[in-house]
Amino acid sequence: MSSEWPLWEIFIRGQHGLNHRHVGSLHAPDAEMAIRNARDVYTRRNEGVSIWVVRSNDITASSPSDKGPLYEPSNSKVYRHPTFYDIPDEVGHM
Amino acid sequence: MYAQLVKSEGTANRDEMTPEEVAFQDRIDRNEKIEPKEWMPDGYRKTLIRQIGQHAHSEIVGQLPEGNWITRAPTLERKAILLAKVQDEAGHGLYLYSAAETLGVSRDELLEALHAGKMKYSSIFNYPTLTWADMGAVGWLVDGAAIMNQVPLQRTSYGPYSRAMIRICKEESFHQRQGYDIMMKMCAGTPEQKAMAQDALNRFWYPALMMFGPSDKDSVHSAQSMAWRIKMNTNDELRQKFVDQTVPQAKFLGLTVPDPDLQWNEEKGGHDFSEPDWSEFYAVLAGNGPCNAERLGARVKAWDDGAWFREGLMAHAAKHSGGRVAAE
Repeated sequence: MSSEWPLWEIFIRGQHGLNHRHVGSLHAPDAEMAIRNARDVYTRRNEGVSIWVVRSNDITASSPSDKGPLYEPSNSKVYRHPTFYDIPDEVGHM
Repeated sequence: MYAQLVKSEGTANRDEMTPEEVAFQDRIDRNEKIEPKEWMPDGYRKTLIRQIGQHAHSEIVGQLPEGNWITRAPTLERKAILLAKVQDEAGHGLYLYSAAETLGVSRDELLEALHAGKMKYSSIFNYPTLTWADMGAVGWLVDGAAIMNQVPLQRTSYGPYSRAMIRICKEESFHQRQGYDIMMKMCAGTPEQKAMAQDALNRFWYPALMMFGPSDKDSVHSAQSMAWRIKMNTNDELRQKFVDQTVPQAKFLGLTVPDPDLQWNEEKGGHDFSEPDWSEFYAVLAGNGPCNAERLGARVKAWDDGAWFREGLMAHAAKHSGGRVAAE
């Protein structure tokens, strides 16, 4: 038997209004079964109130070798962080 | 441990490494996590597949000795607890299979290797569970020993393995505590029940010590795996820690650890204890334990008997592709 069930990536949103978060993957024949399996595998202890499932094959990822060109440009842009600016204490909390 | 005698490939000697391997080792030494699509030495990949695969197989096969008692649990509550634990083991197996799959091996390949006897699972699951007290001993000792190994592995260098370990550790301490809870109940019961608890400890003590594998002081494989941070402690360190943790717990229960030479060694700050019979360990790993044939037989049967069902669901999915609810 070589028709292995396809792989799905599972995203779960917890109870406190945070984003769906990737929690892992599993095999399932279709999306509906992927959700059912995800409920059993990833929410046995109240971990979430919403599940997304995505075929792993449908995810496009950035390449590890692009790490430099993609992320290094932001290193020099420290002015994007609030701590770059000195605000005198007299001004109060900002 | 759940992964025993994992053969490691590669060299820990910097002079023999290629520049790529040196850069890789440097990343690990800086405690960076290695992620699936990044470059890694072949040996690292192969060793991890072997180790994570063996760990996953152990979780799945580990359901069998406990499944034996689900229909015979003494109360409905105990039955529900045991079901939840066995379901957790299935989940743990799945997390680990998924981690192994990120290394380029398929789920079916891993299962085929298990079924063909080419991949191992932990020696401990080849022992029978003869009485209800064994459910206590398994939770307390076997899960206790597993936790010893799994807690440090949360810091392992391979990202998906580390994340699987973090999930598993969150769930595992319930397993050990429910086992100890069974032991407490048995030990506070009738003399016959306490005798059952003592008998379970007698039978599981040495097999539990074997879970850590033989001494690896001089093992080349072990040194390589430790350099790669896919093994965090030596087998002897973990075994010592396990004994030191477990002896007072046995004492609390009023049970006797079946080792006449067990005693506290003030100088080393730990217990001296007898080694298990390593010839038995090798015999069990080679397939000659009390339950090897039964365990593997049950796995193969479940896989073969489920084939029509897996195929049926695939056929159904092919027919009805469409009609999905979009994410909101």
